[in-house]
Amino acid sequence: MDTQTEDIKLTAKDFTTDQEVRWCPGCGDYSILKQVQTVMPELGIPRENIVFISGIGCSSRFPYYMETFGMHSIHGRATAIASGLKATRPDLSVWIVTGDGDALSIGGNHLIHLLRRNFDVNVLMFNNEIYGLTKGQYSPTSPLGKVAKSTPMGSVDHPFNPLALCLGADSTFIARSMDRDPVHLREILKRANAHTGTSMVEIYQNCNVFNDGAFEVFTEKATKKLNTLFVEQGKPLTFGLNNEKGIKLDGFKPTIVNVADVSANDLWIHDEKDQVKASILVRFFDAGGSEDALPRPFGVFYQEERFSYEKAFNAQIEEAIAQKGKGDLDALIRGKNTWTI
Amino acid sequence: MSSTTEIKNNVVILFAGDSGDGIQLTGSQFTTTAALYGNDISTFPNFPAEIRAPQGTIAGVSGFQLHFGSEEIFTAGDAADVLVVMNGAALKANLKQLKPGGIIIANTDGFDAKNLKLAKYPEGVNPLKDSSLDKYKVYEIDVTRITRTALEGSGLGTKEMDRSKNMFVLGYIYWMYNRSLDNSIEFLKEQFKKRPDLIDANIKVLKAGYNYGDTVETPMNRYEVKPAPVSKGTYRSIMGNQAAALGLIAATQKAGLTLFYGTYPITPASDILHELSKHKNFGVKTFQAEDEIAAVTSAIGASFGGSLGITASSGPGIALKGEAIGLALMLELPLVIVNVQRGGPSTGLPTKTEQADLMQAIYGRNGEAPVPVIAAYSPSDCFDTAFEACRLAIEFMTPVFFLSDGYIANGAEPWKFPAAADLPEIKVAFAKNNLKEGEKFLPYKRNEKLAREWAIPGTKGLEHRVGGIEKENETGNISYDPENHELMVKLRQAKVDRIAEYVPLQTIDNGNAKGKLLVIGWGGTYGSIKTAVKDAIAEGYDVSHAHVKYLNPLPKNLGELIKGFDKVLMPEINSGQLIKIIRDKYLVDAKGLNKVQGLPFSSVEIKNKIVEMLSSNNE
Repeated sequence: MDTQTEDIKLTAKDFTTDQEVRWCPGCGDYSILKQVQTVMPELGIPRENIVFISGIGCSSRFPYYMETFGMHSIHGRATAIASGLKATRPDLSVWIVTGDGDALSIGGNHLIHLLRRNFDVNVLMFNNEIYGLTKGQYSPTSPLGKVAKSTPMGSVDHPFNPLALCLGADSTFIARSMDRDPVHLREILKRANAHTGTSMVEIYQNCNVFNDGAFEVFTEKATKKLNTLFVEQGKPLTFGLNNEKGIKLDGFKPTIVNVADVSANDLWIHDEKDQVKASILVRFFDAGGSEDALPRPFGVFYQEERFSYEKAFNAQIEEAIAQKGKGDLDALIRGKNTWTI
Repeated sequence: MSSTTEIKNNVVILFAGDSGDGIQLTGSQFTTTAALYGNDISTFPNFPAEIRAPQGTIAGVSGFQLHFGSEEIFTAGDAADVLVVMNGAALKANLKQLKPGGIIIANTDGFDAKNLKLAKYPEGVNPLKDSSLDKYKVYEIDVTRITRTALEGSGLGTKEMDRSKNMFVLGYIYWMYNRSLDNSIEFLKEQFKKRPDLIDANIKVLKAGYNYGDTVETPMNRYEVKPAPVSKGTYRSIMGNQAAALGLIAATQKAGLTLFYGTYPITPASDILHELSKHKNFGVKTFQAEDEIAAVTSAIGASFGGSLGITASSGPGIALKGEAIGLALMLELPLVIVNVQRGGPSTGLPTKTEQADLMQAIYGRNGEAPVPVIAAYSPSDCFDTAFEACRLAIEFMTPVFFLSDGYIANGAEPWKFPAAADLPEIKVAFAKNNLKEGEKFLPYKRNEKLAREWAIPGTKGLEHRVGGIEKENETGNISYDPENHELMVKLRQAKVDRIAEYVPLQTIDNGNAKGKLLVIGWGGTYGSIKTAVKDAIAEGYDVSHAHVKYLNPLPKNLGELIKGFDKVLMPEINSGQLIKIIRDKYLVDAKGLNKVQGLPFSSVEIKNKIVEMLSSNNE
């Protein structure tokens, strides 16, 4: 989202509250909090114009650690609360902090409606593929067969592909990052802020207590380069230890090629504005680590300009006033037909 | 012309027909005309839940009951003097509502073999042709045929012609009661602005109906109902949901706040949304959310930002909002929750009235979650009550329940409306940054009303966090401290209790301040109780009526007031809800009178109970 900036000199410390951070030691949330606090001063938005709203879950403690306005609400509803706030206060920079359970399970309905309406807000969805706060049940993003507290024989739920879901709901900005790549995460946060409309950011976050290593193939040095694909606008899709591998589109089918074997023009060039390509890119969802698996993409998948809900919503108010004049309370109460006795 | 004119003090007309027959329109047109003439009036529509239930069936019958008089009118009437039926099903469904000796005006075309079969009359039985209606005066008119004849050469198809049938009936009733057609003609011109052919057709049929009365040789009486001696002033006709919408707008205008209305369509509350969405030039922001939960939570978000968040629904939707209402009271933000009650439980009876959500409003949340509850008692009172709900929400920083019900929401009455300037002021003071160097803002510090400050985003230096999790007193930081939790539970209760210091004392609506029997009511039963008590007093019974608007907290003096009476009677359209609270709080042996049929009380039902209680010797 995009809010008017002004010249103010703040630091990450100015966005830190006096509250003790209470996530488990080693939790990926610490890194995300740090990157958000680091990026905030660079956005140039006065602290009092920033609001963090969360639902319920480990990630949802987030607002208490941000020295801005904040609300720690109820499970799944941060998106809906933010909608009402943004509709009435378009001047604010609104950030929704949510998790995979909060956003996709109990709050799934609000999320898709937030996206189609395209409120100019930012959604940071911490995906750890587990319910942490309730101590280890499988979540809507847990892989099939996940053995968790509530699924001793393995989960039989087919998991959501979160970004495919969001694109299906006509999201205007879709990105993915991870807790273990601070530089990339900060870059994505800035991009999300700059986008006018709902910026949907999925952040892979390690829950070292209940789901340790869920994303390690994407986040750890030894395997990261082979299993991840960092997309950049206008650049070919390449990956591998020395970017020796690339993605070529064979019709609509993405295939892995050796960069050396093809001409540069044959490689898929990333275009954030191309919804069809984005819909293929979000489907790069193979389990990491297998031999012929497509790499997991990170970066901004898709970005489109579309009017934001609050803009159209408030324009109607202006239009009504222009057409009928500012409301006259006496005339309203009186109505059209009266009689006097 | 063989008719004579008879003077009547009051008349109840029940229009009934297929839900596609335009019955509601016919009824509301007569209502406006009667009101403009100066009658006191009360109406009650009764329509099926299905938009277009199978034509001709009992399930598809739509009714509109209208009570008008040259005296004060408080209800839509216990029984009808005149029953207008467009088909057999309408007669079958409503005949029990007609007084013995009453008038039936029947559209004969709706009593053909097909319609009689649909209405499930036995083979070969036509109530117009046998002697079953002998105790009534029956006037048969072939409305369909006459309407079509009147519109011959109009260029309209048969289907379109038949849609004007209701105008014929309206015209005929206007003739019966000596009413001018002007108001309805104006209405038709406005309604069909884009279809001049339909304006002409409908006016023609309306006049045909009137002239039919004038020219046909029937021994039909005409009636005159003179204007009522109501207090001097300027009036309009108002429906409950419309009044609620205007009250919400008026309150936010007075408070200088933006009205944000988050809602999800539900019967019978949707008309508030329809009305509000017409008035965007008042800065009214209506948001049709994806579900009931988003409706209330978006309103909470709006209140957090400094607008007045309002949400509305009926019972099932309120159930879904429960958790969020608890959040609003933990956040201590203003929020108005409108519940236009309908028959329950679950989906229940969507189009019927009930008062069975009082316990839900007062107690229906997890934990100890006190919320002020106030109830409107008549259509026009929805304005005042909605206004008051907003005032309490803003001044006490709390969610407030405003209870209406299907009866008053859809009912209409004349309203001596107030001038905007005479409405009470509502003070809003957003928190300002008056902090000294190094001082921290305390979001949960309270004023003399125990209300916290409304510190909205954009206020430099007042950045703070709120949440549904238990908070430390004053700082608002998360706290699991046992003593602190108990303190906060008590503080939230004390805040709601303190509202009793800032609202009017309970008054006796009718009758003496002390006596043998006090009838206590709340909400939409007002008119029936008022009429019953008035009639009983006229007959010499020692009975009084108090109608409670402030249901939580109850007025400070209610206990004392109750002590002035030997007996207490509490009629409710539920199995006994307020009575449980009154008995619990005041240890009084109140007796209930309960009806759970989706229908309002008739005044006779209440009067009979009054007489019974005052005649029994078991004191």
